[in-house]
Amino acid sequence: MISIDLIQKTAETLMDKAAIEIPEDYLGGLKEAANTEEGDLSSFVLEAMLENYEAAKEDRRAMCGDTGVPRWFVKMGNETQIEGGPIALEAALRRATASATNGVPLRPNRVHPLWRTDHNNNIGIGAPEIEYGYEPGGEWIDLITVHKGGLFGTDYRMLFPSDGIEGVKRFYLDSLMAFGKRGLSCQPAIIGIGLGGSKDICMTLGKRASVLRIVGSRNSDPKIAELEDELKELGNSIGMGAMGFVGKNMVIDCNIEVGYCHTGGLPMSVHAFCLSSRRAVARIHGDGRVEHRTDPDWFTDYQRRETVEWENAREAAE
Amino acid sequence: MKPRQITLSTTPTDEDIAALRLGDIVYLDGLMYTAREGVYMRALEKQANIPMELPSQSAANFHCSPAARINEDGTYEMGAVTATASFRFAKWLPEWMAKSGAKLIIGKGGMSSKDYKSYFVPNGAVYLSTVGYGTGALLGRGIENVEAVHWVDELGLAQAMWVIRCKKMGPFIVASNLKGECLFERENAKIAENIDRVYEGTKPATLKRYGETDNRSDEVI
Repeated sequence: MISIDLIQKTAETLMDKAAIEIPEDYLGGLKEAANTEEGDLSSFVLEAMLENYEAAKEDRRAMCGDTGVPRWFVKMGNETQIEGGPIALEAALRRATASATNGVPLRPNRVHPLWRTDHNNNIGIGAPEIEYGYEPGGEWIDLITVHKGGLFGTDYRMLFPSDGIEGVKRFYLDSLMAFGKRGLSCQPAIIGIGLGGSKDICMTLGKRASVLRIVGSRNSDPKIAELEDELKELGNSIGMGAMGFVGKNMVIDCNIEVGYCHTGGLPMSVHAFCLSSRRAVARIHGDGRVEHRTDPDWFTDYQRRETVEWENAREAAE
Repeated sequence: MKPRQITLSTTPTDEDIAALRLGDIVYLDGLMYTAREGVYMRALEKQANIPMELPSQSAANFHCSPAARINEDGTYEMGAVTATASFRFAKWLPEWMAKSGAKLIIGKGGMSSKDYKSYFVPNGAVYLSTVGYGTGALLGRGIENVEAVHWVDELGLAQAMWVIRCKKMGPFIVASNLKGECLFERENAKIAENIDRVYEGTKPATLKRYGETDNRSDEVI
């Protein structure tokens, strides 16, 4: 049984870390970009960002004034029991979100879409989003918070089988060009691409590809992994860098996730996780141990399963 | 070549503004206020009295909502500050600039050269862009003091009018000049030369969209 107080306390720490500490994988990617960048202005921007990450950590202040829209991804092993059950869990995550908004402080970004009502705590109808995943076996809960920027860099389109990879590439480039100008998508970014799924799941897959996979990770399907490499290179060959200035670093990495879709369609979504790629993760074990990390490790073989029964598929593979 | 670095007052003289070149890096000293859609609507559409002496106290309008809180004792805690995209405020800016006398509009992404020519240049104003985006922690370090926050009850923390005393706050990039030229458009034009080559091996989508443009030299703002 995992204590609800421990969940809330850990969640508050995660809110703080996500806002302040740039994840190691993204930092490594950005340092590499700064080393290769030749454009005067885009070089200046990347160096300023590296300095900014240091300042944030030293001062314990948020990296960016727009602290994004906090949300939660929760994953559990099949044997996990939570004190008070799922309702208590959701209450703890909402409380942690509100208290960290005031504590860090974060910008209260969440408002009603029409009335613009602002509770000044990032809580409201449907906010923060809390999404779930499960894994076979184990007594643990992973709390993952992501504070993604909310306005630019994302697009969705229904393509068709006849569009194929050539159509995928065009929509990808169009998204980078449209939102890269003036740096609206706060690039260089982790670009997440969703291919397939129902329309809403296509968006979800792309979003998760950008925020729940790290720089340097590759899809377990080697042909998709190859496409990830190819699209990363293609994005970086536009000639556009940080802030839309002339440069060669637009994409820190490109992650693709797929889902089975309608036989007649090839839906596609593109998402950009920005220069302040805010994510933080902790695993709370059944015995109360807490382990912090920055890799959500969301896309396991189980999450990408494609057969009716998981056990059967696993045994067949063994 | 490294960009030039300049320290500028938030109540700059006409000569100070005229000396700025596209791509210069600027650090600001003096009072700056945040104003975005909430403040514009309240001041311009609802005709509320602006709670500051403008532009004598400050000629620097920051398109920003800070990550901030108001403490129980009435003091302020401001952590990180970064800008929000300015193009969305074009609707209110001509009237606001005439009324406030703002000389420095500070935000994310700039405006179009058409905006600069039609109401920045006649008001002797230029646009400064934040860097990144965004260097929120570095800009936060440039806050010497939070002097006041106005209209927080009416507009909420994110849309309120925050008055900040800056000490070498930056970096910002000069994104327009008194000729009405636009740094981002200059960069776009250079990048556009390469577009045809990048798009080789792609093809238009089978199902078209209603839309304003599919010309990649155009902008979406």
